[in-house]
Amino acid sequence: MTIATQTPQQREEILTIYERSRPGRRAFTPPALDVPDRPIDELIPARLRRAAPPELPEIAEPEIVRHYNGLSKRNFDLDSGFYPLGSCTMKHNPKLHERVAALPGNARLHPFQAPARAQGALELMWNLERALAEVSGLPHVSLQPSAGSHGELAGVLLTRAYHADRGDQRTLVLTPDTAHGTNPATVTMAGYEVVKVGTSPDGGVDLEDLRRKADDRVACLMLTNPNTLGLFDPNIEEIARVTHDAGATLYYDGANLNAVMGISRPGDMGFDIVHFNLHKSFTQPHGGGGPGAGPIAVSDRIEPYLMVPRITCAEGAGGGPPRFDLEDDRPKSIGRLRGFQGNYGVFVRSYAYICSLGAAGLREASEIAVLNANYLLALLRRPEIAPYLPLAYGERCMHEFVLSGAPMKRDLGIRTTDLAKRLLDFGYHPPTVYFPLLVEEALLVEPTETETRETLEEFAEAIGAILCEAAEDPAIAQNAPYSTPVRRLDEAAAARTPVVRQPRPT
Amino acid sequence: MAAADESYPADLRYHPEHDWVRADGDEHVFGITWYAQDALGEVVYYDPPQVGATITKDAPYGELESVKAVSDIFAPASGEVTAVNPAVNDRPEIVNEDPYGAGWLVRVRLSDPSELDDLMDEPAYRAYLAGL
Amino acid sequence: MSRYTSLTDDDLREMLAVIGASSIDELFDAIPAALRLGRPLDLPEGLSEQEVFAHLSAMAARNVSAEDEITFLGAGMYDHYVPALIDSILSRSEFLTPYTPYQPEISQGGLQVMFEYQTAISELTGLPVSNASLYEGPSAVGAAAYLAKLANGRRDVVVSRGVHPHSRATLATLAPGYGQSVVETPLTDGATDLAALEAAIGPDTTAVIVQQPNFLGAIEDLEPVVAAAKAVGALVVCSCDPLPLALLKTPGELGVDVAVGEGQSLGNRLDYGGPSFGFFAASQEHIRRMPGRIAGETRDVDGRRGFVLTLQTREQHIRREKATSNICTAQVLNALAGVIYLSWLGKRGAVELAELMARRADYARRALGAVPGVRALHEQPIAREFALALDASVEAVVERCAAEGVNAGYPLGREYPEYADGLLVAITEQRSRADIDRLADALGRAVAAESRTGSLAGSRA
Repeated sequence: MTIATQTPQQREEILTIYERSRPGRRAFTPPALDVPDRPIDELIPARLRRAAPPELPEIAEPEIVRHYNGLSKRNFDLDSGFYPLGSCTMKHNPKLHERVAALPGNARLHPFQAPARAQGALELMWNLERALAEVSGLPHVSLQPSAGSHGELAGVLLTRAYHADRGDQRTLVLTPDTAHGTNPATVTMAGYEVVKVGTSPDGGVDLEDLRRKADDRVACLMLTNPNTLGLFDPNIEEIARVTHDAGATLYYDGANLNAVMGISRPGDMGFDIVHFNLHKSFTQPHGGGGPGAGPIAVSDRIEPYLMVPRITCAEGAGGGPPRFDLEDDRPKSIGRLRGFQGNYGVFVRSYAYICSLGAAGLREASEIAVLNANYLLALLRRPEIAPYLPLAYGERCMHEFVLSGAPMKRDLGIRTTDLAKRLLDFGYHPPTVYFPLLVEEALLVEPTETETRETLEEFAEAIGAILCEAAEDPAIAQNAPYSTPVRRLDEAAAARTPVVRQPRPT
Repeated sequence: MAAADESYPADLRYHPEHDWVRADGDEHVFGITWYAQDALGEVVYYDPPQVGATITKDAPYGELESVKAVSDIFAPASGEVTAVNPAVNDRPEIVNEDPYGAGWLVRVRLSDPSELDDLMDEPAYRAYLAGL
Repeated sequence: MSRYTSLTDDDLREMLAVIGASSIDELFDAIPAALRLGRPLDLPEGLSEQEVFAHLSAMAARNVSAEDEITFLGAGMYDHYVPALIDSILSRSEFLTPYTPYQPEISQGGLQVMFEYQTAISELTGLPVSNASLYEGPSAVGAAAYLAKLANGRRDVVVSRGVHPHSRATLATLAPGYGQSVVETPLTDGATDLAALEAAIGPDTTAVIVQQPNFLGAIEDLEPVVAAAKAVGALVVCSCDPLPLALLKTPGELGVDVAVGEGQSLGNRLDYGGPSFGFFAASQEHIRRMPGRIAGETRDVDGRRGFVLTLQTREQHIRREKATSNICTAQVLNALAGVIYLSWLGKRGAVELAELMARRADYARRALGAVPGVRALHEQPIAREFALALDASVEAVVERCAAEGVNAGYPLGREYPEYADGLLVAITEQRSRADIDRLADALGRAVAAESRTGSLAGSRA
């Protein structure tokens, strides 16, 4: 006899918090009214007020907690398992960081607090700037951008200001055809036109194509090195020379910085502008889609245009501690791209990480990231796997590598997406799929340095098992996953008839 | 949705960007081929030109979206749009189910019918697909 | 090996053997020698966890936070009470550590949170479509200007000086790239000067942007603004303070096209200005021009209800150069705090909180306006913030109050030369009547002291 079991969660069809709401229930009670109880009509005339209150939930604290706890259990996360999402650098988020971010001196500090009474915050930001300058090899930093793509936008707008200041009208920005989608989107928002530069058979920038396209209409070349194929472009010095000879700036997308910290610096490679993703190399938790931060570092010639406010450091009076301040008076600045000083809570965590690791630790992080990626790649070269998932370019890799699922599709009848969905049943977050666009059926794998070798070995075993299974019966992977809270979802229906909110109660 | 089986009707003319033309009275009808709808995936949205708009051979005249891609639709010949297929806005997946019939995209009064001579016939288009 | 990595010497030896390399250095062969740093980074040595904690604690102790003083500082971010359940839910790994939900089958928690958040923002703003967050308030205003560009391609962004200075500055920074030009219109008596706004609007206007309540705390009459914009076919964008929206006529009711705003008041800490989130909601016709992630409801192959990121063809990873925005990472964790907060406040609580703040703000404006040398800068209706005019140097008065442990507010003269004697005072549910009375007392003595010392000589506007 089998005994059926069903948890309360399994019995219930998934409810939204609005569907759990019941009239009259509440969690918040306001403080007692200690000022005159004037009618609202006298304070805010009726014609300025809404007809009916917002239909927010009516629910008490225990149910709110159960609801969100229940939702959390329908999420896979980095603290629970391996998350080799290429290009995302899913390394461990140190738990100390939440404690320091929550210190009241950080968490309850108002952004318009007088600088004289925010010296700890300004010093932290100053120190973080200096550390990022050292890692990048570019001396001038702005912490303001809120994410990588925000930093990219800053970089291209800085380029625009630089050229405008020289009376130079340029209209094009070059990006490689392997570029992340944020690059061309950013270029359009900055008022330029995108021109793609080809990739050579060895995976680097096609120098001939670059030389042809780098003329005096080009404002900037946007690159990442290592690139999105996980390869360090050995021609980077020549690329920089060609770009600078054309009078253009060279922009570094820092998404792949985890491969080279303390080993090679974008400033030394010839880049003018670099952005960092603090939610990648510097351990800010991803939060399911943010927050992050995308600070930038720039060369001397770009410095005058940096966003304001700038953080300044002056010698202390009479041998006292240095005085930090915020300064707006930069006549050539492009201005600001957001309110206040940026995502300070993210700076606190990244700064704590840099303090923890120090110079040697940052270098070691990159070394182990590259070691782990090469080890996993080597494991995936075994004969049961390699023919179906060949490496798209080169032989070794840096911190990530791209496999092509094209032979797997042809010979086993399962696509990269099917492999990814079947990996969910094995308790893994899959690698990045279908990026970069240049590789057919791409699978971009980035293990990061915080994984053990056992995790990598087990993951390679899982890939092997799935391929073996597909050779017997491709339908298993094609219809995966089976063990997740939901199975494959109808995305076409969601796009055709978007339902993007709970319908109002009728 | 059940996508159509692969086919390329003999009475159509084909453009390298995977669009077809059919003559119908003194107007012509445009759409996308089986190859195009297969590459795009399940169509979820059609962004058409306005009726009365002028479209130009080899230039995009609208967009089709699937879940994972957006594709320009290229005009195989130039002319004035006289009708847009309302069925595609109601049920975009009709482009996958019947790309040559009910999934037509626009009716056009051609400005220069000789442009049709540049297009491929069915055997030429099949050969072109084989070489891709 | 650090405390965050696990590589032992044995591991290293065995892994290198499998790779077929003799050293880690060999794995970096592709980097030309000339580009190797060749020296340690010029940074301090790494520290133990307790040393890092001590260092960060010492730095934080040199900040005067809302814990250390009674603060009436607002101007875009506010010292609200963040309920404890938010801390506990946000610290759950399953919300804190995952990436953007690219594999929806294992991200249903996060996707449903986005859906519930989108619903809450739609309810607050009265507009049918919300995204799953942008970075914060001023950049959301910038994103609205980009949507206007996609909608009508016109050149001029007409923005009232009632809009937050950081939002106006952000618009100005983005304008050259967008191919737009920003036109500012003045205030009169603390609110948008309607005649000047109407004069600035024309056939080249892409959007008219206002703030509600405005930067000086005034609740504006937006109906004529909306009418003037629509008359020329321009979009209307309203940047809103979310908590007063529980009481105020919604952007949806007013016929506004896009409502944006700063979400920090909704369950997020001050954090010296970030991270918080920006909300962005629009009318149905703009759904395909919306920036950012949007979660949608659907079913799985077995008929189960589920959620996915939808309308992704708007976004950078598909549409690339034609995307509605370049945004990739947003502020999803902060939006989670926002929807928990709105659920915690609830339908009645949101109204009660807004009414409490309105009554306290009214009391504060009267009490402070009665202090010698202090008067209300404008008499417009207010929701939670208001402007005073002082007969003394505002900066000096604020310093004196700060020395007594009271942060009196934001000196308007920093951004508004036309209000050089102005002080912006913010009320939240944390500021009791006793706190307000204490401010009145401190302010009174500070103004008197500064008047005696003649600090304002010649500088009154």
